[in-house]
Amino acid sequence: MAAATSVETRSEVEQFLYHEAWLLDHGRLDEWLGLFTEDATYWIPLQASQSDPLTASSIVYDDRRLLEVRVRQFQHPRAHARTPAPRTVHQISNVHVLEAEGELRVASTLVLLEYRQERQRVWGARVEHRLRRTRDGLRIAAKRIDLVNSEAELDGIVCIF
Amino acid sequence: MNRQSIKGLVQPDRVHRSVYTDPALFELEMDRIFGRAWLIVGHDSQVPNPGDFFTTRMGREPVIVTRHTDGSVRVLVNRCAHRGARVCEAAAGTTREFVCAYHGWAYGTDGRLCGLPLPQGYERPPAESTGGGLASVPRVDAYRGFVFASLAAQGPTLAEFLGPLRASFDDFVERAPEGAVEVAGGVFKHAYQGNWKLVLENHNDTVHPAFVHASSIWAAREQPAGEGYSEIGVRQMLQNGAPWDVWENTGLWVAGYGHSWMGDYHDDRRLVAALDHPAFAEYRAALERRLGREGVARVLGERRFNSIVYPNCSFMSQFRQLRIVHPIAVDRTAVHAYSFRLKGAPEGMFRDTIAFSNVVNGTGSPILTDDLEVYERAQSGLGARRSDWVYLGRGHGQDVPDPGGALRGGTGTSEIHIRNQLAAWLEYMTAEA
Repeated sequence: MAAATSVETRSEVEQFLYHEAWLLDHGRLDEWLGLFTEDATYWIPLQASQSDPLTASSIVYDDRRLLEVRVRQFQHPRAHARTPAPRTVHQISNVHVLEAEGELRVASTLVLLEYRQERQRVWGARVEHRLRRTRDGLRIAAKRIDLVNSEAELDGIVCIF
Repeated sequence: MNRQSIKGLVQPDRVHRSVYTDPALFELEMDRIFGRAWLIVGHDSQVPNPGDFFTTRMGREPVIVTRHTDGSVRVLVNRCAHRGARVCEAAAGTTREFVCAYHGWAYGTDGRLCGLPLPQGYERPPAESTGGGLASVPRVDAYRGFVFASLAAQGPTLAEFLGPLRASFDDFVERAPEGAVEVAGGVFKHAYQGNWKLVLENHNDTVHPAFVHASSIWAAREQPAGEGYSEIGVRQMLQNGAPWDVWENTGLWVAGYGHSWMGDYHDDRRLVAALDHPAFAEYRAALERRLGREGVARVLGERRFNSIVYPNCSFMSQFRQLRIVHPIAVDRTAVHAYSFRLKGAPEGMFRDTIAFSNVVNGTGSPILTDDLEVYERAQSGLGARRSDWVYLGRGHGQDVPDPGGALRGGTGTSEIHIRNQLAAWLEYMTAEA
C-alpha cells in the first residue's frame, strides 16, 4: 500500500505521468502510443463505477489495435472533428501509488483544459494507470479515465485524456 | 409566422435555411410536431415490473414512464400539480409513489394524487382543483415492446402512424431466439450544436460516409487484420468505405409521416449473421429452435441498416441499436443511444453489440465524432444570410412506387428520405389544429 512506496518509486511514477501529459500537450501522439504495452487498454467508462468494458458501453474502450487506429485517424488531413486539433493542458495531481508489487497501480486526478474552434472545455477525471516495468522502462498496461460527467449529455470527445 | 408563409419554406427539391435556424419555427415545431406525433419514449424492458419507472423527455416535455400496479405503462408529466417542481429526479428506479420534494405532495405510479400535507387547509379538495394529479400523456401504445406516446389526444393510431415501418421493428425482435429483446449495457448521451433534423437526415444519407468518415476508413485500412474485441469496430469502419456501386444499389425506402429505412451495405461475414461466419453458429442454432431452418433464412435475410421513425427515433434492427432524438433548442440537440440484448442469444452476440455501439455511437467514437462535427458545420453555415436555400435534389424525379406501401429512391444515394421528412414537416406545421 501507499505507505510502503519508496520516495524513488513515487518520484519515478510522477515523472512518468508528467512525461505522458507532456507528450499529449505537445501533440506527440505516436510517442504517446509508444508508452503503451502491446496488450494495453485505454478506457473511458460511460457509467460511474462501471466494472466491465465488454458487457456495457464505454465513451471509449480501445485495445491496443483500436488505439492505433484512433491515433492514426487523428493525424489524417480529413479527421474533421480534429481539424483543427484541440490544444490541451493536462494538469495531474493527487498522485497516489496504490500498489507497488508487480505492476504498479497508480491513482491520480486530472484536470484537462481543451481549446478548439473558439471554445474551451474543462474536464475533470479520476485516473488509474497500471504500469508495467519493461526493458524500456515503465509502460502503460491499462489506463482508466473516469470523467466526473461521463453520464451527462456530452458533445463529441476528441481529445485524449 | 403564418401557415401560408411556412408553406413557402419547403419546395420539391429544396428547403429554406430558416427551417434549421429560426427559433420561432423551433417553438412551433415543439407544438405542432413534437406535440402531435407519436414519439418513442423507450422499451417495455425498462419497466418490467409494477412500480418500475424511468425519466425521459418528449420533445422538451419532461416525463416519467411507469409500470402501474395494473401492469399498464403510463407516461406522466414530471411536474408537481401543486407548484410545478419536478417530482422525480432519478433516471430510473422502482417506487410506490413519487413525492414532491417541495411540499410533500405524493402521486401513485398512475399519477393520481394520493397524499398531501394539511388537507384541511383547502376550501375544495386539492385533487379537484389541480386536475387529480400529475398530468398524464393522453395516448400511450406499444409496438413489439417499443413504447410510444403522443401529447395529442387525437390523431392516427400507432399502427397507422408506423405503417410499413413496423416491419423494421418486427425485424429487430424476430432476430432474438426467444422473440424478445431488452435494453442493456448503458445509454450513450451525445449532443451537438445543431438542429434536431440534421441527425435524422444524416442516418440514411449514403453519400456522407466516404467523406465524413474518410479518416476512420483510412485508419482502419492501414491496420493489420486482427481478432479480439476491436475486430467488430475496425470491420465497421472498413465497411463505411464501400464503393459507390454498393451505395447506389442499397435500397432506400420512405413511407408516410416522414419515416424511412435503408437496406444494408455490409458484406462483412463477421458483421452480418446471414453470411454464415462461424461466430454466428451458436446463435443461428438457437434461432433455428424457434423458427426452423427456413425461418432463420427468412429472418436473417431481412437486411436493413437504419430505420427512422420521424421525428425522434432512428434504429438499427440488425445491429441492436436505437437512438432517441431530443431537441433542446433550434441549434442544440441531444441523442440518447441504447443497446439491446437479443433474448436467448449467446453472450458473444451481446459483446459484439457493445463493441459495435462503442465505435458507432460512443461519445468518443472515431466515427460519430466526425458526424457531430459536420452537423455543427452545417448549422454554422446555415446561419449565413446571403444564401437562403438548401438543395436536396439528388435523385429527385426518380422515385419508384414500392409494393409495401412505400416509395423507393431511384438509387440508394437518393435524398428521397430528406425530401420525405420535410414533406412530413410541412404537413405537421401547416395542418389546421
